[in-house]
Amino acid sequence: MPKDNGIGASPKRREDVRFLTGKGQYTDDINVHGQAYVAFLRSDVAHAKINGIDTSAAQSMPGVVKIFTGADFEGVGGIPCGWQVTDRFGEPMQEPAHPVLAQGKVRHVGDPIAAVVADSLDEARDAAAAIELDLTELPAVVDMVEAVKDGATKVHDDLTSNICYDWGFVEDNREAVDAAIKSAHHVTTLELVNNRLVANPMEPRVALGDYNSGTDDYTLYTTSQNPHVIRLLMGAFVLGIPEHKLRVVAPDVGGGFGTKIFHYAEEAFCTFAAKACGRPVKWTSSRSEAFMSDAHGRDHVTKIELALDENGKFVALRTDTLANMGAYLSTFASSVPTWLHGTLMAGNYTTPLIYVNVKAVFTNTVPVDAYRGAGRPEATFQLERVIDKAARELGIDPIELRRRNFIQPDQFPYATPVAVEYDTGNYEATMSKLEEIADLSDFEARRKESEARGKLRGLGVNCYIEACGIAPSNLVGQLGARAGLYDAATVRVNATGSISVMVGAHSHGQGHETTFPQVVAEMLGIDESMIEIVHGDTAKIPFGMGTYGSRSLAVCGSAMVRATEKIINKAKKIAAHLMEASEADVELANGQFSVAGTDKSVAWGDVTLAAYVPHNYPLEDIEPGLEETAFYDPANFTYPSGAYACEVEVDADTGKVEVMSFAAADDFGNVVNPMIVEGQVHGGLAQGIGQALLENCAYDAEGQLLTGSYMDYAMPRADDMPFYAVDHSCATPCTHNPLGVKGCGEAGAIGSPPAVVNAVIDALHSGGHTHVTHIDMPVSPAR
Amino acid sequence: MTEVSMTVNGKQVSGSVEGRTLLVNFLREDLRLTGTHVGCDTSQCGACQVHVNGVAVKACTMLAADADGAEVTTIEGMANADGSLGTIQQAFQDHHGLQCGFCTPGMVMTAAALLKENPTPSESEIREYLEGNICRCTGYHNIVKAIQAASGQLSPMAAE
Repeated sequence: MPKDNGIGASPKRREDVRFLTGKGQYTDDINVHGQAYVAFLRSDVAHAKINGIDTSAAQSMPGVVKIFTGADFEGVGGIPCGWQVTDRFGEPMQEPAHPVLAQGKVRHVGDPIAAVVADSLDEARDAAAAIELDLTELPAVVDMVEAVKDGATKVHDDLTSNICYDWGFVEDNREAVDAAIKSAHHVTTLELVNNRLVANPMEPRVALGDYNSGTDDYTLYTTSQNPHVIRLLMGAFVLGIPEHKLRVVAPDVGGGFGTKIFHYAEEAFCTFAAKACGRPVKWTSSRSEAFMSDAHGRDHVTKIELALDENGKFVALRTDTLANMGAYLSTFASSVPTWLHGTLMAGNYTTPLIYVNVKAVFTNTVPVDAYRGAGRPEATFQLERVIDKAARELGIDPIELRRRNFIQPDQFPYATPVAVEYDTGNYEATMSKLEEIADLSDFEARRKESEARGKLRGLGVNCYIEACGIAPSNLVGQLGARAGLYDAATVRVNATGSISVMVGAHSHGQGHETTFPQVVAEMLGIDESMIEIVHGDTAKIPFGMGTYGSRSLAVCGSAMVRATEKIINKAKKIAAHLMEASEADVELANGQFSVAGTDKSVAWGDVTLAAYVPHNYPLEDIEPGLEETAFYDPANFTYPSGAYACEVEVDADTGKVEVMSFAAADDFGNVVNPMIVEGQVHGGLAQGIGQALLENCAYDAEGQLLTGSYMDYAMPRADDMPFYAVDHSCATPCTHNPLGVKGCGEAGAIGSPPAVVNAVIDALHSGGHTHVTHIDMPVSPAR
Repeated sequence: MTEVSMTVNGKQVSGSVEGRTLLVNFLREDLRLTGTHVGCDTSQCGACQVHVNGVAVKACTMLAADADGAEVTTIEGMANADGSLGTIQQAFQDHHGLQCGFCTPGMVMTAAALLKENPTPSESEIREYLEGNICRCTGYHNIVKAIQAASGQLSPMAAE
């Protein structure tokens, strides 16, 4: 019988009621009295020198309040990068300036040149269209292979080249890996592209800046996954506003998927302009603007080589990647192809020698940063594709080849040759579960049935591992992070026993308002409805690092557990006083404090009331009130893992691919709310299948964005997707956080692209097209 | 400026709008009915779906002036008279058919239009009908389940 409350139950989501009745409050739903509207004039060319900006005609247009250009931001800070990568020669990465509005040059289509603040949005847009630009177009740097050549046009004239860094990992392994590959029994080589994607949360970004001249306080309402990170970056590095004078509010946020982690120029602009104009300033991105201003994802070009011995054991792995940074370094861009990518190249396997080289490259394109999975999908895709190719070359079943190389359950904790230590996992178990839920034993029958209908059926299988719960601060500090990566929670028990929990994590679809109370309710034995989660406002919550990297429950949830433990400890002291008992004898169960071995008890509400009305209270020993805060810094990453299977039908005449089924067997450790976990996997799978079959952000050779709207960028629709079979019963709980949880938000997007492509290749081979060893994503009929 | 009046969720409303004002902007900014969302600018995503004279319409594709005299229903008008969730809304909650909630109003309005036309749609009919509504969170699995449930084809407890 499934539980109906607490950890492991699937209560209906409480946030749904407001979303289903149109009462959600997203940033664009907020208007502040007297607000003006901003329209950005953005570059329509990829690379140009700015000779002049004539705003005189625009200035006299109706409703115009003020027009800003790069000159207004002289002396103001630029948009910072939050992670400094050190290259393989020990030098820091090249870090170009990133002004709020372009200064001197524009470097990608969409780079903001000027901003018009006006009484209405239409007036702002009209005036922006009347600004006269004098630009000298320059050759555009688009192709990464060309960009890294000597003598290539430079995106940033003050840098030595277009290479941000040349990173080697683990550099000490380099020669040993080369030697092992040279002498190996068999080497499988694969060159591939991890296609550029646009995250496309359905809510476009919005920023609304407000300034109170009476108190010198700033407020920014913004579509962010991490309001404190925005406050820190914008306050300290861009605008020089002390943190106590700057409030950042991220209310209901309509999806993030990584692209709402970053601090964007528009946020700094609206905050700056609110003071300069003396009235609130609001920007609402159109979808077209989003395509050319939201940070993009992926965009790697990779060569991977896998060396195997005569028994099919992996002996060495070497990969070379060009990773696109776009025109500027977005907040966490530099960490994605390095520490979130290279560290995952061991996958689920015992490969003893690994060397990863990544060259990060500046191009005249929109900045690229973390998108659901962030580095881990790129690692998984190349590894699981090259294993499949090796299996085919060696005539070994692809599942069998993986099994021969799995890290075995008794090998945990397992230190990989790429600097991480997996705490738990059971890859054999998830693979066996996958075989069961995907009904793989009957695949050949289904293939024959498809053949009878003239279709080629293929099966693709892969494993994945990811590193989530980002992360131990001391470790990421050594790796170049310019922030700590703990999280925080305050548990405020009110006098009548209800509880507000202020959390640093941010919910933008993950359902924290439902799941976090399940945990506290389980610990205290009280009803979930007595507990409310507060998030998304730096004025209300403790300093937390927000939600990304599948970290909310593993990191912020752990902080909440620690704070709740402090509450329990203090409440037991109060209860002991009320019952005239020894604190050591007090037990808490089902919301009642009792003394072991007696019939003495007091209710939760009696204790909380005593804390706030301390007439009969041990004031000499403890303070009144019942509110505790905890910060939690994890000891390690968490390592969710799993095995995925995709079946496709390919029409041999047209090349059309249809996903017939998709099965996912995941190990997320313990699960608080199975319904929500499954929903997270479904969404991730759709994004991964979308990457594999549909989505592609394309530029032409001049740096024009060819996919600038939903007319050109193929978003997955309902009829592109099947029902998914998902399972998370093979749980090996995380050993280093109190809930034993690992994180589930990104798994689907990380684990699914190789399964789809493996399935398409399998289908083509079944039809005799054995010369096809790889097709780049999206695997569209044209390819 | 043009004077427009219409019935929105059963209430008579009026206002003055520019010729270029879209219905969605009139609903959101003039009437402050912010449940209708804007997710794109090419009539692709369906977050702004409302019903005009009983027909599903993308409110970003219609001028406010063209809705003069019309009967408009938005997500704010979909709950039962006592304020409880309507059948489709309840099915979305029961089956976890929403995550971030941004596409949800449009999904509910589209589902209502579908079930009016076809009270017991098949899975593929549901998926085809949702062609004009994009969701980035759910992978559509639970949205399809919710619509199957709302049409009485799935037990309300069979949420998976």
